[in-house]
Amino acid sequence: MLTALIVMTGIAIVLGAALGYAAIRFKVEGDPLVEKIDAILPQTQCGQCGFPGCKPYAEAIANGDADINQCPPGGEEGIRKLADLLGREFKPLSEEHGVEKPKSVAHIDERTCIGCTLCIQACPVDAIVGAAKQMHTVVEPLCTGCELCVAPCPVDCIAMVPVTDTVQTWKWKYPVTEIRRVA
Amino acid sequence: MSARLFQFHGGIKANGHKRESSESPIQQAPLPRRLVVPLRQSTRATARCIVEPGEKVLKGQRIGEPEGFLGTAVHAPTSGTVVEFGRHVMAHPSGLETRCVVIEPDGADRWIERKPFDLRHATRADALGWLRDCGIVGLGGATFPSHVKLGTGSGVDTLILNGAECEPWITCDDRLMRERAADILAGAGILRELIGARRLMVGIEDNKPEAIEAMRPAAGALGGNIEVIAIPAIYPAGGEKQLIRVLTGIEIPYGKLGGDFGVQCFNVGTAHAVYRAFDHGEPLVSRVLTLTGNVERPGNWEVLIGTPVDELLPLAGPKPDTDRYVMGGPMMGFALPRLDVPVVKGSNCVISASPALFPPAPPEQNCIRCGECARACPAELQPFELYWFSRAKNFGKAQEYHLFDCIECGCCAYVCPSHIPLVDYYRFAKSEIWAREREKTAADLARERFEFRNYRQEREKEEKAAKLAAKAAATRAKLDAEGAGAEPAPAGEDPKKALIAAALARAKAQQAATAPKNTDNLSPATQAEIDAIEARRQATQQAPAGADATPGTDAR
Repeated sequence: MLTALIVMTGIAIVLGAALGYAAIRFKVEGDPLVEKIDAILPQTQCGQCGFPGCKPYAEAIANGDADINQCPPGGEEGIRKLADLLGREFKPLSEEHGVEKPKSVAHIDERTCIGCTLCIQACPVDAIVGAAKQMHTVVEPLCTGCELCVAPCPVDCIAMVPVTDTVQTWKWKYPVTEIRRVA
Repeated sequence: MSARLFQFHGGIKANGHKRESSESPIQQAPLPRRLVVPLRQSTRATARCIVEPGEKVLKGQRIGEPEGFLGTAVHAPTSGTVVEFGRHVMAHPSGLETRCVVIEPDGADRWIERKPFDLRHATRADALGWLRDCGIVGLGGATFPSHVKLGTGSGVDTLILNGAECEPWITCDDRLMRERAADILAGAGILRELIGARRLMVGIEDNKPEAIEAMRPAAGALGGNIEVIAIPAIYPAGGEKQLIRVLTGIEIPYGKLGGDFGVQCFNVGTAHAVYRAFDHGEPLVSRVLTLTGNVERPGNWEVLIGTPVDELLPLAGPKPDTDRYVMGGPMMGFALPRLDVPVVKGSNCVISASPALFPPAPPEQNCIRCGECARACPAELQPFELYWFSRAKNFGKAQEYHLFDCIECGCCAYVCPSHIPLVDYYRFAKSEIWAREREKTAADLARERFEFRNYRQEREKEEKAAKLAAKAAATRAKLDAEGAGAEPAPAGEDPKKALIAAALARAKAQQAATAPKNTDNLSPATQAEIDAIEARRQATQQAPAGADATPGTDAR
């Protein structure tokens, strides 16, 4: 009886020590699920989901505080990927958070710009250059099209311009002609 | 020649249709009314325009400066006036516009001063720079810059000259080899020297016996380890990996290039352009182009880069039942979106297509998994699997099945009994995958920048707080030093309030100490003037009623 107790206690101590060591040695930094969700999100940083950026939204999804259908720039495809990752049902984009739009970039009308720097402060990815009372301009390749700079502009000189195809970015069409279902 | 030949997997034997256009010599195409020269002449690179509308240019004068690693220079194809710098539709399946320089020829076709490049007294880097500045790109169709392809100049043992011209109908390389064999081999010699290769092999399909007959004596006359080899005419023997396989037996694995195995391939047209660039100092401003198909006078023309296709077509005389024009060969070419598109360095052929010559494809039917496509695929892929995955937009799986090894030769679609346009599916999948990769790179960059911005804002906040704290501490220390006894801060009170009180006290003291400075030390004359003004002012103030009646001050 006593031997059994000693043996069991011994095993418990050894295993406990091993597990405790492993918990410290192989500690996972951060939440890998958040990283995976963040990798699917489009990184527009527009805040349309109701969170200040894609990472916070990813954290909210991981914690169960937000639904997967709140990201308009990610669109239907993004929701499908999130549903796949999290093993949830696909659901259409929630309307209160916006609609899917073609990718655009901000364009500052440089004749109207008064150099107030408000858009520079609003840009989440530092894609606008300029200084106080100097003309501002958008660095197009860096712009995510989040539209956050449009509202703060006091002279309404920022417009969202849809990105057009170039020979470089042009895509071949899907060869299947979809036959529309007649209800 | 005694060389042993190898075989590649699959391929098809199609009717070559070479005789139509191969029997007449290369003719010089007349000067067009205007030339539209796209600045995008090599893959993935657009040159920077360095001329302005109204400027006079000479033939061979540089109009586009090379930019980037893959950039090559662009030159004026003839002498004349630059009339426009704008966007024009390019010969590309998308029908999209690129930046072009429009030149109106003056008819004189006057060359800029040409100087041959002496290879013996130049470094390798200079020679490669010369190739870039002459705008030499691969003329087989891919337009990859030759100076990049020549690589580091070591590790390549065999240079292969690609004269296979495996696509049906096209004969521009055939004619070039027949008529300018010595020039081609001279260019190949320069390429061989630059790449540091020992062997030079010329692969020509055996359906071009005249070209082989022309090249062999030329090679013999030059001497020095040049083999001209006839290879079986099986499409796509002119594919780079396929030709290397046939001639050397080396199979280039996934993700590798010929250069990794000591073999490099150049088109015969490129070799000819290299010869002109080095021995005559001529940049690449023209190329040989086949006009064939449903035309009265099929043949080959030496055409200036930038010539609109609709100005070329009358040379061959398309028959009335022509319904579309294909640029490139019938297997890999594309239907031209418009006819005013200009000829570019990669354009080797324009085919007039009629319903009789190229019947419209029968309706697409379901894949029956017969495996014919897999038997025909020269890249040894499983085209039907790729088709399923591309159609289902399962791009990850398509990549697992090596979609990017597909050379889009069209053999699978050619043999498909269900008439499925397989290559369209692969092109669709490839461009989607590229688009996704671009999006991913952009998203990664945005994430990085967003995180850095957050970090920067945090840092600025901290720095501001630290600065304020340091300033407050400094002020307090100063006050303490100035004499804590003057106004002892009540113990236990908020130090901030004490600071404000101290600042107020200081301000008051300063105000009291400061007397109006500009009335001190006045000269007697000024003092007298001031007194007079004061007296007048007092007089006015004492008689307000009279002042009100003064004209001009009536406010109403």
